[in-house]
Amino acid sequence: MTEPQRPDRDVTAPDLAAAGGAATPAALGPPVVPAGDHGHRSQWSDIWRQFRRHRGAMIALTVFVGIILFVSVGPLIWRIDPTFVDIRARNQGFSLAHPLGTDQLGRDLLARLMAGGQVSIAVGLTAMIIAIFLGSLIGVLSGYFRRLDAPLMRMTELFLALPLLPLLLLMVTLFREPLSQNFGSAFGVFLLIVTAIGATSWMQAARIVRGEVLGLKEREFILAARSIGTPAHRMILRHVLPNVMSPIMVAATLGIATAIITESALSFLGLGFPPDFPTWGRLLFDAVDQMVLYPWRVIFPGLLISLTVLCVNYIGDGLRDAMDPRIRGR
Amino acid sequence: MLTFTIRRLMLAIPTLLFISLVIFLLLEASPGDPLGDVPLTVPPEVRERMRAALGLGEPWPVRYLLWLKQFFWVEPLYWTDRWFGTSFSDGMQRIVSFQSRSPVFDVIAQRLPQTLIVVGMSYVVGVLIAIPIGIVSAYRQYSLFDQIGTFISMIGFSMPTFFTGVVLIIVFAVNLQWFPSVYDTTLVVRDWDSFLAQARQMVMPVTVLALYNAAQISRFMRSSMLDNLSQDYIRTARAKGLSERKVVLKHALRNSLIPVVTVIALGLPAVFGGAIITEQVFRVNGLGQLLISSIYANDIPMVMTLTFIFAILIVVFTLIADILYGVLDPRIRYD
Repeated sequence: MTEPQRPDRDVTAPDLAAAGGAATPAALGPPVVPAGDHGHRSQWSDIWRQFRRHRGAMIALTVFVGIILFVSVGPLIWRIDPTFVDIRARNQGFSLAHPLGTDQLGRDLLARLMAGGQVSIAVGLTAMIIAIFLGSLIGVLSGYFRRLDAPLMRMTELFLALPLLPLLLLMVTLFREPLSQNFGSAFGVFLLIVTAIGATSWMQAARIVRGEVLGLKEREFILAARSIGTPAHRMILRHVLPNVMSPIMVAATLGIATAIITESALSFLGLGFPPDFPTWGRLLFDAVDQMVLYPWRVIFPGLLISLTVLCVNYIGDGLRDAMDPRIRGR
Repeated sequence: MLTFTIRRLMLAIPTLLFISLVIFLLLEASPGDPLGDVPLTVPPEVRERMRAALGLGEPWPVRYLLWLKQFFWVEPLYWTDRWFGTSFSDGMQRIVSFQSRSPVFDVIAQRLPQTLIVVGMSYVVGVLIAIPIGIVSAYRQYSLFDQIGTFISMIGFSMPTFFTGVVLIIVFAVNLQWFPSVYDTTLVVRDWDSFLAQARQMVMPVTVLALYNAAQISRFMRSSMLDNLSQDYIRTARAKGLSERKVVLKHALRNSLIPVVTVIALGLPAVFGGAIITEQVFRVNGLGQLLISSIYANDIPMVMTLTFIFAILIVVFTLIADILYGVLDPRIRYD
């Protein structure tokens, strides 16, 4: 193992660690614990300690966990089928049987919000994973291999110049039918939306990662690793990737937020999931026609989208502050 | 600087060509058929002739080149003819919409003012709100104003515009009945009353977009201002005995505006894209609404042209941002 030796590893005062981090912002290695080193603080526990100081981010994390529990554990407790049509109980207000009322077909809104949240958050997470994977791959490749740099960055610029929302709308409308036929209506659309969002939102991550890798390449431990003949793939996986983890994590967090907003925007334009398949954006879209009579049906899904995105943004802010002490408080 | 501009312009051409090819191939790969609505009773040979009339008979490279020629050659010629009374474009085929059978650019010219008014207004309002907020937030960092400002701008760009729009409609159009919920595009401003009506119907869409833009720009303004306020030259200015007002508004603000101006330029095409949703919420029949309705109707020439115009906007404004940055900040050297 040729791990970078960091001077701030054994310093106990957190502020000193922060100052050390300020001088060497990219020196965030993997939390490898050398044998026999007791009382050692790993990088992630450092970050966690910093993160906990960010009050907004901590509140956001709590609320976000709450939302995740609401959509994942909620349906196990509130067992009404979100697609169950009860035409006699339609357009009801708040009651014990339906705490948030029912929609125009008598479907329980609480159950639909839970089911919709599952889809929305699943779309956000999956699209983010695709975008981050693509972004890190292209960023690392173009930062590490000089020959690939120019073509890959040209490609990134090309993608940045694409009009994303119109293209997303196009892709979804054009390919919804064939994919639904091949993979089933819900899963086909899920696949389509997730790949479409992922394939059009990796560029920022790629640029950030490339910049970090370029800076990292000049450092001594990379030179040391190279001098003992480490092959390129191991260099990247062992030495480069762990050290660019923090910007990737921040980009990933913020990516969830944009993916959730994009999915709900598509649903809102009527180009998202099929009508009987609730997502938060779709619930909002369905309720807009009757917002004069039943405004809360618009408000609840909208609030959940906004709250989730707000939480994710705050968590991203806190993470960035915790990982990069230079920009704390900006 | 000039060589840089020229080099970037040369680079913009292949970029735009590539983007147009991507959009064209995407549309080409689509399974949708513009003749899908034609009844099945129409005999096949008539159907073939209809395809040929729509220009669908040729292989795709030919159609792509034809579109390029129409977009970059015929349309500019047509508009020079319109404006200068010449007749260069006589007998040339313009890009024609499948849906309305009228030239695509005529429809766009009809829809453009609505989008420009709403989007332009909202961007101006957003910038005007954002810059003072950013200045005060940075000058009084961690004050109550800064905390509240940060929180509101976080909310501002977390709330999707379709939700803020709908909430504004519920509160101000349905409950309070202050503003109309639907944008009336047939309204012509003739006198004071119609001007007031126009202003009233613009309030909500402009507010929605302006809030969203202001949230982002004020963050940039704040962090750029913070960067500059801690610089040595600010201390020098204070040491010289300049008034605080002069230090902040003259020395710090001017330098802080440099990155913000480029952010504003970079953000403008995204605002056009984002306006698609706002236009849908308030039923403004601008470019965004045109795009969505032509996507639904499988109107390939219209979709292709509109999407490409969005792409041109992005490329042009990126270029403008780069050049502005070099002009405003002499430390930036491109050569």
